Amino acid sequence: MSKFRKDGGKDTPEISTASLPDIVFMLLFFFMVSTTMRDVELNVSYVQPQAKELTKLEKKDLVSNIHVGVPLRKYQKTFGTESRIQLNDKFATVDDIQAFIASEREARKEELRNKLTTSLKVDRYTKMGIIVDIKQELRKASALKLNYSALQGADEN
Amino acid sequence: MADIAFLLLIFFLVSTTMDVDTGIYKKLPPIPETDQPDEEIKVKKRNVLAILVNRNDELLVNGELLDISQLREKTKEFILNPNNSEDLPEKHVKTVPYFGDVMVSKGLVSLQNDRGTSYEMYIRVQDELAIAARELKDEKAMSKWGKVYSELDKEQQDAVKKYVPMAISEAEPKNVGGKR
Repeated sequence: MSKFRKDGGKDTPEISTASLPDIVFMLLFFFMVSTTMRDVELNVSYVQPQAKELTKLEKKDLVSNIHVGVPLRKYQKTFGTESRIQLNDKFATVDDIQAFIASEREARKEELRNKLTTSLKVDRYTKMGIIVDIKQELRKASALKLNYSALQGADEN
Repeated sequence: MADIAFLLLIFFLVSTTMDVDTGIYKKLPPIPETDQPDEEIKVKKRNVLAILVNRNDELLVNGELLDISQLREKTKEFILNPNNSEDLPEKHVKTVPYFGDVMVSKGLVSLQNDRGTSYEMYIRVQDELAIAARELKDEKAMSKWGKVYSELDKEQQDAVKKYVPMAISEAEPKNVGGKR
């Protein structure tokens, strides 16, 4: 009897934490590789439209985003509830787009400048008028590569 | 060690996003040079599929009210013109690598929307046209190589693209149906 008691009286050995850094580092590298940096704080809210024939935007660093959507509630007093353009962190008008494209080009290496794609992230209830104005400005700035950002929609067939 | 790694891990979790940007890729036409004379390119009426979208998101295709669900078939029929009908686009003989001399449609899709059209409708129209184009290409690729278009190599894709051209021209929008 005493033989069993002696064994049971011992504390259970603690789980070894020697492999913990390895596991955490593995997670860390996974997230570093699979994610990208958050670029801007959004001042507008948008729900992207759905589409079926989509292409993936490959090189994220060669994409400049133009957000168009309804201003967040805290900005609605000043900017209203109609769809507005957001460039970088600020609200902008159509006239600012050419300067924005120029600065985006400036930030890239010389040889990559003509590979820049503009991604339009637009709320689905936006009227086309504003989009057309943006497109016209992009043409003037000769930023001709355009991506209409959309989500993968349900396939009916 | 683990503490530092945890700290870094949490930093990356917070400061990064995982979403992949997807969308419909388009190339805008460059602004024409101003010193060039404005030459109107004449296109025969039968060669144009005019799609008008008004501010109530209604579709008018070649003067006919259409639902968005019918647009895909309409576009495919327009490009293919299977019965060589008089009101659908003409075809001309063109030498395409791999296929030889084939009849290629002269059809052109013209898209015009109102300033009041919703963006969602615009994307849906673009999407339907893109699907129509892809299905036509898949059809040709399937009959020739038994593979879908996206699985072909670059040269084969170019050949198919020449066989079933899909030219979409976007007109400047106008205020159809008055101001809001």
